Amino acid sequence: MPRPALACAALLAIGVALLPLAYLGIRAAEAGGDRIAGELITGRTGELVVRSVALAAVVTAACTVLGVAAAFLVTRTDLPARRLFGVLAALPLAVPSYVATFAWVSTVGGFEGFWAAALVLTLVSYPYVYLPVAAALVGVDPAQEEVARSLGRGPWRTTVGVTLREVRPAVAAGALLVALYVLSDFGAVSILRVEVLTRAVFTSINLGFDRTGALVLAIALVALTALVLLAEQLSRRRAARYARLGGGTPRPPTRLRLGRSRRAAVLGLAGVIGAALGVPALSLVRWFGVGVSRPGSLGELADAAGNSLQVALLGTALTMVLALPVGLLSARAPGLLSVALDRLAYLSHALPGLVIGLSLVFFGINVAYPLYQSVWLLALAYAALFLPLAVAAVGAAAAQAPPGLEEVARSLGRRRAYVLRTVTVPLAAPGIGAGAALVFLTCMKELPATLLLRPTGMDTLATGLWKHTSVAAYAAAAPYAALLVLIASVPTWWLSARTGVLTRTGG
Amino acid sequence: MSTSRMRPLLASALGGLLALGATGCAAENAAQAEAEAVSDEKITVYSGRSEDLVKPVLDDFQKASGITVEVRYGDTAQMAAQLQEEGDRSPADVFLAQDAGALGAVAGRGLFARLPGEVLDKVPAAYRDEGGEWVGVTGRVRTMVYDTDRVAAADLPESVFELTEPEWKGRVGIAPTNGSFQAFITAMRVEHGDQRTEEFLAGLKANDAQIREGNAPIVADVNSGKLASGLVNHYYVYELAKEEGTSVEALKAKNHFFPDKNIGSLVNVSGVGVLDKADDDPDVREFVDYLLGTQAQTYFAEDTYEYPLIDGVRTAPGLPSLSSLNAPDIDLDDLDDLATTVEMIKESGLV
Repeated sequence: MPRPALACAALLAIGVALLPLAYLGIRAAEAGGDRIAGELITGRTGELVVRSVALAAVVTAACTVLGVAAAFLVTRTDLPARRLFGVLAALPLAVPSYVATFAWVSTVGGFEGFWAAALVLTLVSYPYVYLPVAAALVGVDPAQEEVARSLGRGPWRTTVGVTLREVRPAVAAGALLVALYVLSDFGAVSILRVEVLTRAVFTSINLGFDRTGALVLAIALVALTALVLLAEQLSRRRAARYARLGGGTPRPPTRLRLGRSRRAAVLGLAGVIGAALGVPALSLVRWFGVGVSRPGSLGELADAAGNSLQVALLGTALTMVLALPVGLLSARAPGLLSVALDRLAYLSHALPGLVIGLSLVFFGINVAYPLYQSVWLLALAYAALFLPLAVAAVGAAAAQAPPGLEEVARSLGRRRAYVLRTVTVPLAAPGIGAGAALVFLTCMKELPATLLLRPTGMDTLATGLWKHTSVAAYAAAAPYAALLVLIASVPTWWLSARTGVLTRTGG
Repeated sequence: MSTSRMRPLLASALGGLLALGATGCAAENAAQAEAEAVSDEKITVYSGRSEDLVKPVLDDFQKASGITVEVRYGDTAQMAAQLQEEGDRSPADVFLAQDAGALGAVAGRGLFARLPGEVLDKVPAAYRDEGGEWVGVTGRVRTMVYDTDRVAAADLPESVFELTEPEWKGRVGIAPTNGSFQAFITAMRVEHGDQRTEEFLAGLKANDAQIREGNAPIVADVNSGKLASGLVNHYYVYELAKEEGTSVEALKAKNHFFPDKNIGSLVNVSGVGVLDKADDDPDVREFVDYLLGTQAQTYFAEDTYEYPLIDGVRTAPGLPSLSSLNAPDIDLDDLDDLATTVEMIKESGLV
């Protein structure tokens, strides 16, 4: 069914996501084929690509195992202190990768290189898998499991053969986010000196102020992202059905008894959470203690916190407004256009913030000059960066809202816009809220694009943290880091609450 | 999706964004771009130098002159990239950079105005652009920082080239992505030729040079015993002493200046360039004069431990004077071929 208004709005959103790619295209055209080929087809680029893929693969695999295991333990077993673990397991999402990395480096001697980066990135990004999988495990219809059990399958075989299959889309969506996040992350790989594409992009800018070299490497990164997206698309089974059959009364699934492995499970989960949250917490306390660098006046800190909230809220609002039509379209009007739009939204997601920042500098200077160095352009950058997070959440939420209700409303003579406003959006609202929370906390943590695009003279918590750590004034940096993590943990807590692990019946 | 369908798609997207912009905000930015060359009591500074070091000077200037200073702080290299991207529509009036290379890169794009002779003349010819497009504000000397427990004074090298010898294997820290290191390598090429420089870089690589992101981590690692020595700028030990609340004498990390005009003791500058559009803005001129005045120069000497570049301001106590260093005679304008240096550093496998 044709929905011109929705399609137009979705195209606008995709336009924003494509701004960085358009910029890369223009710069690449300027540089010329020879320069690009010369820069791209080298042994070094090959090594960078291999190492980037390897890091993304290792971290994604580790996050998948960790995220699924944690989600399963807190939703489907008789783990003690289940609800506490349920919330704590999500909180590492509030810790920026550069803060976690600084913490590890200052705690563990000789901490650097590929495996160190893999460890830190896994610890900060496994919640991307944990959160959707926990929610899916809570929401899965236990009927299928009961059927399996009644046919004589044991509890573990049922878990592997039935339950985990049911939550496969949630695992895949989370794993995709992790893979793209690892490709784009700069903080960990730069501090730990792992030569991957993202770091090479920054290095090129720093080495001889070479934009073209940097942007050529960014193009390689986009190509890599396209491959990751393609692989994910191919891995989806055609015509698989994951939704509940019919209505039925939701009821709590049976919980597995851990028995003797209960202690091991507790220790394992506590170990992961301790490494992900405890190490940064310890370092922050130490930063407060040592060093006498001026710990910045409270006023400056409050200003930075206010600015962070302002730009993150604005960025979230803009991102959600743009994501809504794309998500609704892909849930309600599946087809080539909506699939293409959905995939395109992801395409610039693996680009480093620096490249997104430069592309919006270009856009601001040449197309939207009145917006340049205003918070609006920064919000636009956040939208370009984080649109996929929002689109995924909206799409999933809209898919859960039964289309039958819309059809009934339409059959009663309501107009489309009215149905959208009174039926679809309210039904999808909780999912949309979750997307907004995720985008908000990611905006709070973002650094490179914020540095390039913030209004002159404005500091956020992230840029304040950066300016102090860049001159090794850790005592002055500590309050910024602490406040940043604290504020970001509010939406994170809310996200973990809405997975259902906190409710008595649900989880 | 074919390109023919793609183009209107992009166009409509851009159009929509423009509409969004029109309803938006900040028309003042546009007004700012059209600013005429009269005093509006306001300047916009892009600072590639960190806020901790520069803010006190800018605050003092603002207080003394009544001119509002809008500052954008960032990394020198990223700021140079941003200025190049902004071109002649940049909101910036002044670029305050950490090294001559970044200033050269922006000057190379024709974005700077030529500074008047009386401004340039305050600083010795060695520390300013030959074409007059930028001028040095402070001097910074390359040095070797070393751990007094792990390196005996008698074993300190006479020349930076000795660091490729076996006794230094795994004991030297460098920051190859750092602008100061690159300027030093460029100077080595100017002084000793590309071949010798290539050998030096290969020697560092073969000698298992320890790579760090910047100078500060090198000095911190030397002071904490993780590294025996490293190539850095001279003032980082002072910053570390300040951060640790101690005196520079009490640190384990010490500066060693290579003697006899050795290229390891290159003197580079931090400096300032004025964007073309602010060419005859009196506020900007006042600002540049202030940076090269006694008050600001004294601040840099005493608080950031850099070398003042104008006559009549003394170097911080404890630091050898610039003239006593016997630094190599390198024309900073000759350090403009950064591209080749970068290529060589890349090929050496150090980054």
